Amino acid sequence: MRQPTISKGDYQYGFHDDEAALFKLPKGLSHRVIEQISELKQEPQWMRDFRLKALAIFENKPMPKWGGGGLLDTLDFQNIHYFVRASERPERNWEDVPDYIKRTFDKLGIPAAEQKYLAGTGAQYDSEVAYHNVREDLAKQGVIFMDADSGLREHEALFREYFGKIIPPMDNKFAALNSAVWSGGSFIYVPPNVHVELPLQAYFRINSESMGQFERTLIIADKGSSVHYVEGCTAPIYSTDSLHSAVVEIIVKEGAKVQYTTIQNWSTNVFNLVTKRAVAYRDATMFWLDANLGSKLTMKYPSVYMVEPGAKGEITSVAFAGRGQHQDAGGKVVHGAPHTTSTILSKSVSQHGGRTSYRGLVKVYPDCEGVKSTVRCDALLLDPESRSDTYPVMQIDEERVEIGHEATVSKVSDEQIFYLMSRGISEPEAMKMIVNGFIEPLARQLPMEYAVEMNRLIELQLDGSLG
Amino acid sequence: MAVLRIDDLHVRVEGKTILDGITLTVRAGEVHALMGPNGSGKSTLAYALMGHPNYTVTHGQAWLDDQNVLALSPDKRAQLGLFLGFQYPTAIPGVNLANFLRASLKALRGGDVPVREFRQELKAQMQRLKIEESFIKRYINDGFSGGEKKRIEILQLGMLKPKIAILDETDSGLDIDALKVVADGINRLRGPDLGILLITHYQRMLNYIIPDQVHVLIGGRIVRSGGRELAQQLEAGGYEKFTPELKQAAEVI
Repeated sequence: MRQPTISKGDYQYGFHDDEAALFKLPKGLSHRVIEQISELKQEPQWMRDFRLKALAIFENKPMPKWGGGGLLDTLDFQNIHYFVRASERPERNWEDVPDYIKRTFDKLGIPAAEQKYLAGTGAQYDSEVAYHNVREDLAKQGVIFMDADSGLREHEALFREYFGKIIPPMDNKFAALNSAVWSGGSFIYVPPNVHVELPLQAYFRINSESMGQFERTLIIADKGSSVHYVEGCTAPIYSTDSLHSAVVEIIVKEGAKVQYTTIQNWSTNVFNLVTKRAVAYRDATMFWLDANLGSKLTMKYPSVYMVEPGAKGEITSVAFAGRGQHQDAGGKVVHGAPHTTSTILSKSVSQHGGRTSYRGLVKVYPDCEGVKSTVRCDALLLDPESRSDTYPVMQIDEERVEIGHEATVSKVSDEQIFYLMSRGISEPEAMKMIVNGFIEPLARQLPMEYAVEMNRLIELQLDGSLG
Repeated sequence: MAVLRIDDLHVRVEGKTILDGITLTVRAGEVHALMGPNGSGKSTLAYALMGHPNYTVTHGQAWLDDQNVLALSPDKRAQLGLFLGFQYPTAIPGVNLANFLRASLKALRGGDVPVREFRQELKAQMQRLKIEESFIKRYINDGFSGGEKKRIEILQLGMLKPKIAILDETDSGLDIDALKVVADGINRLRGPDLGILLITHYQRMLNYIIPDQVHVLIGGRIVRSGGRELAQQLEAGGYEKFTPELKQAAEVI
């Protein structure tokens, strides 16, 4: 069978608006830049101090030597705008959003999606959130869903109690960078026993060239509550690289349930270096569903720390790497209490020299008996030039546990393509069916709208890639 | 009425000549049995006619009506009305039977397939082949037993309605009950609109499906053609009987 000679499918979100920023800090990172960001946001002193400490940590931490395959060293921190303000404030009415921003999100289908199946929507454009809205009935029940800057202003005590506690600036170089220059992101609080039935969605868009987007998301699900948060990301195609480095902290209290779904479709000039972590208390469930389709380099390992008995962590990820892309993704589950359970399912597809890596950690602390953990990672290679690696780490310091690990690497076989073609299906369609079939066990876990969207994005990646 | 004409077909696989001049005509309404020992080239003929990329036709022709089959990719051959029932059907994990069949029908018809009609027909055909309804949602051939795979191949034959079907050792790996079900399935589909090239190693299949013609393939050549009685001779005497032809064929290669 003809080997797929693949060029990356058309990236349909590659358009950009003429930059009409209200305010843009010059490129580069310094003490002064941090102070300006904090000043512009009129933040309390403790936040300014937090940022400045984080900057010092960032400057002192060496660049990680793993994961990026050398790509990280091409990242020039002085060639990035750390703050670009596009609108005055987050609007609650779509009509009040500045026209050019509105046009962008219209093109991306955001307001339409909100009307159809969302309980709330946020839309971040460059550094700050341009639009934020939550359904009134939820607001009445005490659900808070707003951008993180407003969260700090309007709910300072709650914000301060959890901010930077799950992922301190010391955690890693990029968490430190985000802590220093963070802007935007979502702040969510769900009161005890409140169930947010429809998803809350945030949409992240980088518009400016050589832009750094550093959103900060903090989700607190109080006892017995539940919420599903979905984020999507796109950016224009520029010749210079942009940087997206987010920090997401989630607190899942007793008996609560949080699902966090990401459909990351950055353009291939974006470095996507994100730290995501959740703490799950007694009988709480945290579910990360992480789809990485775009970006030049993604390094992201959503984690669940299970700190009380009965806590559950589930991490499902899919990565798609095309030409020039490296998806270094996976997950970490840390069992810090007995009778906690976790599942990691990772699926990756590489084509045309793209590279995917699974990097994962299963850690069980001493005396955590009755822990159950299952890890499964499957890689599919569409051509011989592509690459897939697995880096699973297991640190099990307790004997009375059940741990399973399974990894497979498969190639699309000529026999599969031939079988489908013998039934009248064209070669590109056959390839799509096989890839979608490979992803199917995971797509099944998505709400229908997102499953359809993900399949469509994968098909776009494959389109034009086969004769 | 559809006619498949195979004329002096020579096929190489991995640099080795396997078929050494096959000439055979299968018309709609006819059932031809192609018999031969292991390694005689039976499956090679099936794969070469369907267009597997590892099978290179070095000489000869194959026409379905006025279309040069060999110039087309496998999907186009299927769209002409050619079908291959695989000896070893391939699993496609994640693609369920219903979606697979609909995608296939859509490609073959070049248009949409009404869901209700499709469902009804699928269920009816599955019942006749004694396939449990749960298979509709199962991934195609994934974890199926040998017998289940073969029944699913015949189900596809019934659903896709080709003009000429090549059935490659559909009987292999079947116990006697499964063989009857599969043979009944094929007999039901038999009719003036379908020509069948039934490839088999054993005569037993032909107790259930009575062929119009029998061809014996040895060493990449058809060494004898005849009526149904030829299969019975084979049953009695085995392929040994054709050793002289075998030797002769070997000398020519």
